[in-house]
Amino acid sequence: MSGPNKQYDPVEVAALDPAEVEQAVADARQAIAAAGTLDELKAARLAHQGEKSPLALANREIGALPPSAKAEAGKRVGQARGQVSQALAARQAELEADRDRRILVEETVDLTVRVPRRPLGARHPISLVSERVEDIFVSMGWEIAEGPEVESEWLTFDALNIPADHPARQEQDTFFVEPAGSGLVLRTHTSPVQVRTMLDREPPIYVLCPGKVFRTDDLDATHTPVFHQFEGLVVDEGITMAHLKGTLDAFVQRLFGEGIVTRLRPNYFPFTEPSAEIDCRCWICGGSGSLDGEKCRTCGGTGWIELGGSGMVNQRVLRAAGVDTDRYTGFAFGLGIERSLMLRHNVGDMHDIVEGDVRFSQQFGMEI
Amino acid sequence: MHAPVSWLRELADVPADATGEDIAAALVRVGLEEEGLHGGDISGPLVVGRVLSVEPEPQKNGKTINWCTVDVGEHGQRLTEGKPQEIVCGAHNFGVGDLVVCVLPGGVLPGGFQISARKTYGHVSNGMICSQAELGLGDDHSGIIVLTELLGADAAADLKPGDDAIALLDLADEVVEVNVTPDRGYCFSLRGIAREYALSTGAAFHDPAEAPDLVVPQANDHGYAVHLTDDAPLGGRAGCDRYVARVVRGVDVTAASPAWMRKRLTQVGMRPISLAVDVTNYVMMLLGQPLHAFDLDTLSGSVGTRRARAGEKLTTLDDVERLLDPEDLLIVDGADTPLAIAGVMGGATSEVTGTTTNVLIEAAHFDPITVARSSRRHRLTTEASKRFERGVDHAVTAAAAQLAVDLLVGHGGGTADEGVTDVDLRVAAEPFEFDTTLPTRYIGLDYPRAEVLTTLRAIGCEVVEPAGDGAGDTHVAVLPPSWRPDLTDGPELVEEVARVRGYDQIPSVLPQPKAAGRGLTHGQRIRRVVATTLAHQGLVEVLSYPFVAPSLFDRLALPADDERRAAVRLVNPLSDEAPLMRTSVLDTLLDTLRRNVARGSRDVAVYEIGLVTRASSARTSAPVPGIEARPDDATLAAILGAVPAQPRHAAYAAAGELERGGPWGPGRQAEAADAVAWALAVGRSVGLELVVSATDRAPWHPGRCAQLALADGTVVGHAGELHPKVTSALELPPRTVAGELDVDVLVAATGVPLDARALSTYPLAHTDVALVVDEQVAAGDVESALRAGAGESLESVVLFDVYRGEQVGEGRKSLAYRLTFRAADRTLTTDEVSALRDRAVAEAATRTGASQR
Repeated sequence: MSGPNKQYDPVEVAALDPAEVEQAVADARQAIAAAGTLDELKAARLAHQGEKSPLALANREIGALPPSAKAEAGKRVGQARGQVSQALAARQAELEADRDRRILVEETVDLTVRVPRRPLGARHPISLVSERVEDIFVSMGWEIAEGPEVESEWLTFDALNIPADHPARQEQDTFFVEPAGSGLVLRTHTSPVQVRTMLDREPPIYVLCPGKVFRTDDLDATHTPVFHQFEGLVVDEGITMAHLKGTLDAFVQRLFGEGIVTRLRPNYFPFTEPSAEIDCRCWICGGSGSLDGEKCRTCGGTGWIELGGSGMVNQRVLRAAGVDTDRYTGFAFGLGIERSLMLRHNVGDMHDIVEGDVRFSQQFGMEI
Repeated sequence: MHAPVSWLRELADVPADATGEDIAAALVRVGLEEEGLHGGDISGPLVVGRVLSVEPEPQKNGKTINWCTVDVGEHGQRLTEGKPQEIVCGAHNFGVGDLVVCVLPGGVLPGGFQISARKTYGHVSNGMICSQAELGLGDDHSGIIVLTELLGADAAADLKPGDDAIALLDLADEVVEVNVTPDRGYCFSLRGIAREYALSTGAAFHDPAEAPDLVVPQANDHGYAVHLTDDAPLGGRAGCDRYVARVVRGVDVTAASPAWMRKRLTQVGMRPISLAVDVTNYVMMLLGQPLHAFDLDTLSGSVGTRRARAGEKLTTLDDVERLLDPEDLLIVDGADTPLAIAGVMGGATSEVTGTTTNVLIEAAHFDPITVARSSRRHRLTTEASKRFERGVDHAVTAAAAQLAVDLLVGHGGGTADEGVTDVDLRVAAEPFEFDTTLPTRYIGLDYPRAEVLTTLRAIGCEVVEPAGDGAGDTHVAVLPPSWRPDLTDGPELVEEVARVRGYDQIPSVLPQPKAAGRGLTHGQRIRRVVATTLAHQGLVEVLSYPFVAPSLFDRLALPADDERRAAVRLVNPLSDEAPLMRTSVLDTLLDTLRRNVARGSRDVAVYEIGLVTRASSARTSAPVPGIEARPDDATLAAILGAVPAQPRHAAYAAAGELERGGPWGPGRQAEAADAVAWALAVGRSVGLELVVSATDRAPWHPGRCAQLALADGTVVGHAGELHPKVTSALELPPRTVAGELDVDVLVAATGVPLDARALSTYPLAHTDVALVVDEQVAAGDVESALRAGAGESLESVVLFDVYRGEQVGEGRKSLAYRLTFRAADRTLTTDEVSALRDRAVAEAATRTGASQR
């Protein structure tokens, strides 16, 4: 094929011979099909679509044709170039898809290797249970009240109708703060927070008092000298023991599951009168006391689980806090957070809760 | 309290088919807590046997066993082999012809002991000849039961071999054990338990204090002399307001207590000892009235009461010499010599012994508080003190003494003196007014007036209704019974009304607060965010006991005058080693970290949020006023003011790798910067940008400790690497890092809604500067200066390189920063950015001596 020729004789222009154009397309198709890689395809593109390719030269020569031949030749060359472009694009797509497939396979990583490079932390389940309990009561329109752990003796005992000679006030139960006679103790329950609340404001009062409390017990599988409680207090007009029962029923259903009910049994606590022990239907055996023919271990076969103490706030306690007992009545209850945790999550040994072993918290994550 | 069912049946009409379980359920319904059900766990064949032969066979181990044959009637080997029962027995207190009790193979003894024929000492022993202990009749292991001795010759006369011994000895009897709450002292007696059973079931109650055969004589003036004095009554109540004294002479105290009494005492958990002791215990268990028996011949002619004198001593029955307190009430001989701590324990000198023949019985009513205090003071809880401090029925005193007299006479062969002393100083109780609508108002269940009055009368109250037609008057006058000192006001009677109908009848009604709640407080929300943020940084929340040793502050290298040494001390700590309350959370958290490392967690990061206590310098004690009304404002302020400050802190500590090594490369150890970063993260999580500055504070490394503060300079806390001496003293891994933040400061600094900044969408402009400063200049200070100098258009400053070397000179470093600018209202020009950068550099030069490289 000759080079550019501006002064050619149209008769001698051979490149526009239909057979040659056809041959050029066939050559191009063959080279494109033979290209096994994107690089080979690039070379084929240069040879058959580049500036010096036969079809490009042929295209340039159209201008030299007589007007009568231009249209036909233009159409013929244009179609040929279109076919080559199409073939190139198709092959390009094929080869790119091949390459992508290969790379993705090569980049495969074994994601089943479970390695926490930056392990996530965890909350302590006692905190999580406590927050869950708080949320349950907040959702019922209550508020959360807190107070100090080193507390005055008057708020911890006297104001709760626990007189000086009551067994609970003796050294076998209570940590006293030096010097003897300081009037300070480590609170043995969160009830002083209830008294603080009543001293602080007028009824209606609907508060939950969670927190850390202290008793001079030794640590064993079910006891710990430092533990957590939540106590509830309601003081309002027309409050009855039926309201206490309703509140406890609603609470246990939200913490332990639908269908769980409570049972009240007469008991004695100085700060309430009448007083009641709270039992809750065993959710493991459903209250039957037996499981697969064996005695249910969670409730000891009784069908009921002891949860804590409760009752109508003793009038003496209301008076000490300046509440008008003719106008208001109230109820109070107290439950253990450790016990709730042990029951709800089948924790067998108190040591696991109190010793600060990270493995205990890590089981639970951030929600419980 | 243990209640044998057979005993209970004597005091209440328990249906014949009622089981121990039924009785327990009835008692639980009215508020007694079931503790257990005992006894009844024995099964036969357990039969009467007559010993036919006894062949002693000495053994190599020095013991001599008896190879016996026993006629057990138509049982055992007689049926299977046609010969008498062959049994090996280790006891020697019996002989041929004695009637004994034999358990044969197939029988089960208390405690689940299965009996079978077994080879022992060269023979096959076909069962056992039983002792009292083996049958649960007492704790006498010394020998086997000889029925003529146990039951008496007359009772044993009709027995024949093969008779059922379970029925004979009433071994199928069950014992119900209940827990007695402090307000129900009367239930520390069969009399009280029977009353509750009757109340619960409606069964008839037969008061043993009013039994037809118990004839209580009138007191007279020729009884034993008793003089009650009390010159220091507690709370105005006499230490003793009733004292009955009775004398029984010529008692054979060596006579055995009757078998039925020994059995009952054993069933209720008491050890039979001697006739005099057993009788006093038996009467106490039946009636709830503690008694004391004195050897009359050791006394000088009269007894009385008085308070102890300071320094006085008394050796009590447990052979302990006790230093008495002026609050202790004493029983004294004559006018002076101490005999006993009233209501708690007797003294050794007047104890009934094996040679006693004449006995003085004391039945008295002592002040509960006096007894409670003496009992605690001397750490001496006795069956008597337990009852007196909960309140004993002051009307049963004389009957109890009479029953004891009758039993001593009946079983010890004595004669009762005709003289009967009953010093009665009781103040008549006054009825109080009770509103019969109170139960309905308190319980939320309708209790008709008739039901209320019936219940009150059923529990023993005298109820007086108002005279006239009483229309519209809901009040009645109530006088509680003598055995219920706990009933003093309306709500206490409400509980009685409610428990008799049953607590299970109380409906379940959810109260609706009239005003909507306010949700969590700001402080509570902030605390949750702080806790969650630390967990998201990879730290694990733990809890620790807040008790520490005084030496800890030395190990933490706190300076002598450090405020964190001002710890609150406990009078009675759990351990004498750790009597102080922590003043920082790290005090106890670091030991938790150590424990985790010791348990094999090499890479561990923990945190705790809790209160710390700082003893206030002004040591005022908190007043303890009465509770009749709200304390006056000054007293209340003094109570609240005496409570030491207890801020809430968050502390954390980490050791080992924070980022784990693995196939991807090496891990990264926790370093001081991480401890600072966590503090900053906590600040950021609540919208605060904490200011970091270098400081030197124990227990941190002096060169690796940062102070975290609010913009106004208020210190939030500290973080960094612990001092090497501290990690060594606390046995922590080297390079342990830690921080402690005051959460209350964060709470106080937040809560005002933040004003959002408008976001500029104009392009960013970056420019880098390298500043050479002295080695000791803190990068944080340079950064602060750059920020101050660059002005409002500065968006960020990032330190991206630190270079030390020849080019900057000895003791100097080059800090490379990238400054990013963006104006709120336009695209900054290159010249503007250069000018801003120059101002930033100039400020850094002024504040830190930095020079641009």
